[in-house]
Amino acid sequence: MAYESYVLVCGGTACCSSGGTTVVETFKKELEAAGLKDKVQVVVTGCLGFCEQGPIVKILPQGTFYVQVKPEDVKEIVAEHLVKGRVVQRLCYDPEQAKKLVAEANIPFYQKQYRIVLRNCGIIDPEKIEDYIARDGYKAIEKVLFEMTPEQVVEEILKSGLRGRGGAGFPTGMKWKFAQQQPKGQKYMVCNADEGDPGAYMDRSTLEGDPHSILEAMTIAGYAIGASKGFIYIRAEYPLAIERLQIAIKQAHELGLLGEDILGSGFSFDIELRFGAGAFVCGEETALLQSIEGNRGMPKPRPPFPAVKGLWGRPTVINNVETLANIPVIINKGADWFNKIGTATTKGTKVFALTGKVNNSGLIEVPMGTTLREIIFDIGGGIRGGHQFKAAQTGGPSGGIIPPQFLDTPIDYESLAKIGSIMGSGGLIVMDETDCVVDVARFYLDFTVDESCGKCAPCRIGGRKLLNYLKKITDGRGTEQDIKDMQAICDAMNKASLCGLGQTASNPVRSTLRYFMDEYMEHIKDKKCRAGKCTKLIQYKIDPAKCKGCTLCARKCPANAITGTVKQPHVIDPAKCIKCGQCELNCKFGAISHG
Amino acid sequence: MAKLTLADLRKMREEKQQAMEMRDASNKDVQVIVGMGTCGIAAGAKDTFTALVNAINEKGLTNVLIRQTGCMGLCHSEPTVEVVVPGMPTVIYGNVDAATAKSLVEKHIVGHQLIDDKILDRPSIDIIKNA
Repeated sequence: MAYESYVLVCGGTACCSSGGTTVVETFKKELEAAGLKDKVQVVVTGCLGFCEQGPIVKILPQGTFYVQVKPEDVKEIVAEHLVKGRVVQRLCYDPEQAKKLVAEANIPFYQKQYRIVLRNCGIIDPEKIEDYIARDGYKAIEKVLFEMTPEQVVEEILKSGLRGRGGAGFPTGMKWKFAQQQPKGQKYMVCNADEGDPGAYMDRSTLEGDPHSILEAMTIAGYAIGASKGFIYIRAEYPLAIERLQIAIKQAHELGLLGEDILGSGFSFDIELRFGAGAFVCGEETALLQSIEGNRGMPKPRPPFPAVKGLWGRPTVINNVETLANIPVIINKGADWFNKIGTATTKGTKVFALTGKVNNSGLIEVPMGTTLREIIFDIGGGIRGGHQFKAAQTGGPSGGIIPPQFLDTPIDYESLAKIGSIMGSGGLIVMDETDCVVDVARFYLDFTVDESCGKCAPCRIGGRKLLNYLKKITDGRGTEQDIKDMQAICDAMNKASLCGLGQTASNPVRSTLRYFMDEYMEHIKDKKCRAGKCTKLIQYKIDPAKCKGCTLCARKCPANAITGTVKQPHVIDPAKCIKCGQCELNCKFGAISHG
Repeated sequence: MAKLTLADLRKMREEKQQAMEMRDASNKDVQVIVGMGTCGIAAGAKDTFTALVNAINEKGLTNVLIRQTGCMGLCHSEPTVEVVVPGMPTVIYGNVDAATAKSLVEKHIVGHQLIDDKILDRPSIDIIKNA
């Protein structure tokens, strides 16, 4: 028994509450009545991600997309569409548009993603070079080696407007040009795969899903700058990415796409892996080079820039994984194609690792200029559990916190910098009202203090001081003077630190002070944490009117902080209370609350 | 394998492209693709993969090609499995544990029925614009 058509009804929470369940039942009934029970299968799916237009019904294989389908519409869909094969225009998506759209490919919701970097991720088998080749893999290397001079390659990348995706946004073509202009001799091409931001995993996924694209891009870069040797600096914590890279390098070698005399062009290029031991600072390019050389990973003052004097004193270009993944596509499709995507200052797309309190956490790629609202609410499916959006954090420990009023800011390097955050490598953490911004700032400072290499004083001492102030505030011992001191330390760290880590480490504090001063003040003046995250500020109370004196809470309390006699209201001794919440959890009368 | 010349590479690409279009590796017209990035594996994709292989062997199906791929981007629903059966819409299933994997082979591949609740229906291939 094979079905001819399929009716997919969205079974997401939102669609069910707007009547999706009845729609399913009605479909089954109507199909049976029409004698189509064995020809059409009715399927309940996971959320189709278009909740405001629910209930959603999709008919396969045609892909017709019906919105706001009511049980009384079902008969018409069955009679017209499934029996006669005619689309019910009235219910098709977007009633306002004169030309009714039929196929889902035309629905803007789905068009918000645009995959350049992730073009092969989730499609090819990463351990088969043939799969990559079939999807235009190693085509760019053909073009570059046989049709272009190194100067033309650099020119093309410059023209594309591609900027470094590692965070700082330096034009990639410029880096290449500097290195190219250095006198001939040993030069190096390095791929920075030391992805260290908490919550970011774009580079890992790209390497795991499409390792050959990075090898191809590095070979192109090697040809452009005149390097014969490449290194991929990757964290040892990414065993699967390492394994797939090793397989990919071996396969490329076997086919002569790496090594001596690639494709008979006379150009030779080889790639080796170098493993990082998980130090965050080694993502900084000068520290990364130190680590490859076998030294302790510590940054150096720039200039000289690595493009002039890098690995073992030779000209070196360092590009991030995501940056490199763009290169083959730019070569294949041309700079003019690429620089039409994105905003005035920032071309192309950005991959985000969408995490936190969002329904559809995952890996997404959107054109530059997409707004946070589109990312979080359209692609991400909104905030989990019906909570309120409070803030988004971009750029990891070097980034800032973006409050709701900037949800509609089109994202690019400049616009994010203007609102006190950074693009960073692409972690995007969504927070709701149960997250405390002071606590979040403390979390990131904890991380950067741990990861500071200790070479320069502003970062080493400033970070520690900032963290102490934040701890003091979340413990309820903060003063208004602390805020002023923190601002001064933030400025000093930003201006005087040696490398990017220290210069940006204060960003989470600066941006939370800027947008959420009221919450800091609540912690300091009212000794209150509205999110209930700062446990030292929480007070548990028993409402004497509701307490029946059952003694359960007193028995459950691990700190013996609750006292009282049977059938009399109990009391909590705040000095003894450890804020574990067991009493509130166990009270059968709802007499215990915290705030 | 011998080292490729430019002409070899072009020939290889063309052949592979045709093979992929026909979705036919060696008379295998059904494809099952399992997302095996770190996210998928952490969520149990290896068990899913084994369960799929076992179920396919049990049923004695010789026309099924089972492949792995990287992260499809749907990390909230890992493990994800894409199923391509001729004459049926290509769908992605989410949260596919070993039990679902078994019923996926029995119901979808053998029985030509889609499985309720597990369909994500966001195949990145045809929905998301690709470069």
